[in-house]
Amino acid sequence: MTAAAHLLEADAISKYYGNVVALKDVSMHVNAGEVTCILGDNGAGKSSFIKILSGAHRHDAGRLLVEGEEVQFGSPRDARAKGIATVYQDLAMVPLMSIWRNFFLGAEPRKGIGPLRWFDAASAKRIVRRELSQMGIDIRDPDQPVGTLSGGERQSVAIARAVYFGARVLILDEPTSALGVKQAGVVLKYILQARDRGVAVIFITHNPHHAYPVGDRFVILNRGQSLGNYAKSEIDRPELVRLMAGGRELGELEHELEAIKAEL
Amino acid sequence: MTEPAAATTTPDERLVRVGPLARVLTRPDIGALLGAIAVFFAFAYFARAVNWIGEPAIAASWTDQAAQFGIVAVPVALLMIGGEFDLSAGAMIGSSGLLLGYLATFQGLNIWPAMAIVLLFGLAVGFVNGLVVIRTNLPSFIVTLATFFVLQGVNAALTLNLTGTTAIQEIDSATGFDSARRFFASELTQYDFKVKVLWWIGLTLAGAWLLAKSRFGNWIYGAGGDPVAARNVGVPVARTKITLFMMTSGVAALMGIITAFELRSIQAKEGIGLEFVFIICAVVGGCLLTGGYGSVIGTFFGAAMLGMVQLGIIFAEWDSNWTFTFQGAILFAAVMLNTVIRNRAQGSR
Repeated sequence: MTAAAHLLEADAISKYYGNVVALKDVSMHVNAGEVTCILGDNGAGKSSFIKILSGAHRHDAGRLLVEGEEVQFGSPRDARAKGIATVYQDLAMVPLMSIWRNFFLGAEPRKGIGPLRWFDAASAKRIVRRELSQMGIDIRDPDQPVGTLSGGERQSVAIARAVYFGARVLILDEPTSALGVKQAGVVLKYILQARDRGVAVIFITHNPHHAYPVGDRFVILNRGQSLGNYAKSEIDRPELVRLMAGGRELGELEHELEAIKAEL
Repeated sequence: MTEPAAATTTPDERLVRVGPLARVLTRPDIGALLGAIAVFFAFAYFARAVNWIGEPAIAASWTDQAAQFGIVAVPVALLMIGGEFDLSAGAMIGSSGLLLGYLATFQGLNIWPAMAIVLLFGLAVGFVNGLVVIRTNLPSFIVTLATFFVLQGVNAALTLNLTGTTAIQEIDSATGFDSARRFFASELTQYDFKVKVLWWIGLTLAGAWLLAKSRFGNWIYGAGGDPVAARNVGVPVARTKITLFMMTSGVAALMGIITAFELRSIQAKEGIGLEFVFIICAVVGGCLLTGGYGSVIGTFFGAAMLGMVQLGIIFAEWDSNWTFTFQGAILFAAVMLNTVIRNRAQGSR
């Protein structure tokens, strides 16, 4: 392993669906304790890209590297085994189940011997309380159904769960897009908490105002191609917004609107 | 007066504060318990010609009826929480009892190995139900409706073919019948409480433990609440659901065995119609038709309630056809209450 190896790196990834080019030569990387933001409008290829990173889809060209070694993910399980966890926007939690049951769903801690082993609810509740408070999440009652949590809290619990179960790379699919301003702020805070605990975070969003305050690197996707890969020092917020909005296109739109105004 | 706690914790944006009383009332098992108590006292009035409250023989008769419903209602409730239905559970009682009768009388098998074969048959039918539901992705409502009709036809046709009548008789002629009957169909105490009631209580406790305390219980909630999310976090959803179908058919087979021991003969149409009563018990117990929520203890009280209605109407000397109307009314009331609970749990805004 060379010193320059990144925790997770995508090198010139391409993906085709039949004759449709979904992604063309997209590269990015993320390191422990860093946040890499992937920005793009609808249809820019964000979801294809994270499906490749999370193991749900295979890429057709390019390389995927974990700590410098090329990997092929056959399924999300393979990615999880490498410590890459994905938190999807809507599919993270079962709303009717309590927070502690959700937190350990599929990985229940057990007590006892042989067939007489039971789900250790007491320690499950204790761990949930501890993990959430370490992330700065204040929950009233771990017995509360997840459905009674706000959208931001739900995302935050999902993030805490992924971190607890040993995620080294956390892929967050549009965690803030369905949320109001205040709730989005809550989720952004937890992204930084996860980063400070040494997790590499890949934050997918279409909102540059959410990305800029938390990101260390920014990859902008447009029509399946990368418009650039910037460190925070190389780009300022207005430039990021401009790139995101498709720069020239926005300029043209402004021009057209001016023309309409003049006619009126 | 203590300081209000809300001053120190930040009140959350859209969370409704629920008082402790409202919280208790909306717990599914407490709701079903209160309903059962209400029905009990209602018949204490309507059936006042008999000593409804104080006479143990009357309690023995309604608990017998309640166990008839409640034993199979336990796995039916777990299956509903797991997001699926089994409409074949009633017909399975008949099929199992008939199979036991056939093995014991026509094949001259000892009753114990015959029971083992019947239980295996039950598990196999459940496995097929579950596998078809998982593989085809069809609603279990349709798949098990088909199983129900297939079994109903098989029960009637084969019984007629074998016996020339609509029942298999003289199951008590089998060797080992009396020794086995003690465990499945004997009477307890001088008031004739049925041993079936102990099966009902025991299965309820086992089911409640499974749901609340085991890993499998967590998987049941997950598989029923949101199968995609559950699969994403590593729950074997298909295996969980198939196991639940096997438990349901297996316990229905046990019920068929109990019935055969009690009656010493089995009618071809035994159990038909009970599949809906099991579902009513589960719904009274707070089980949602959409899965992911419910209570085995609540289902126990649901079965108690329906048992009391069935016997109460007889003791009140009403036309027993009204039983169905009562069952319908109870189902409707329970569904309305469940909707309120679900909306609260999902935080519908």
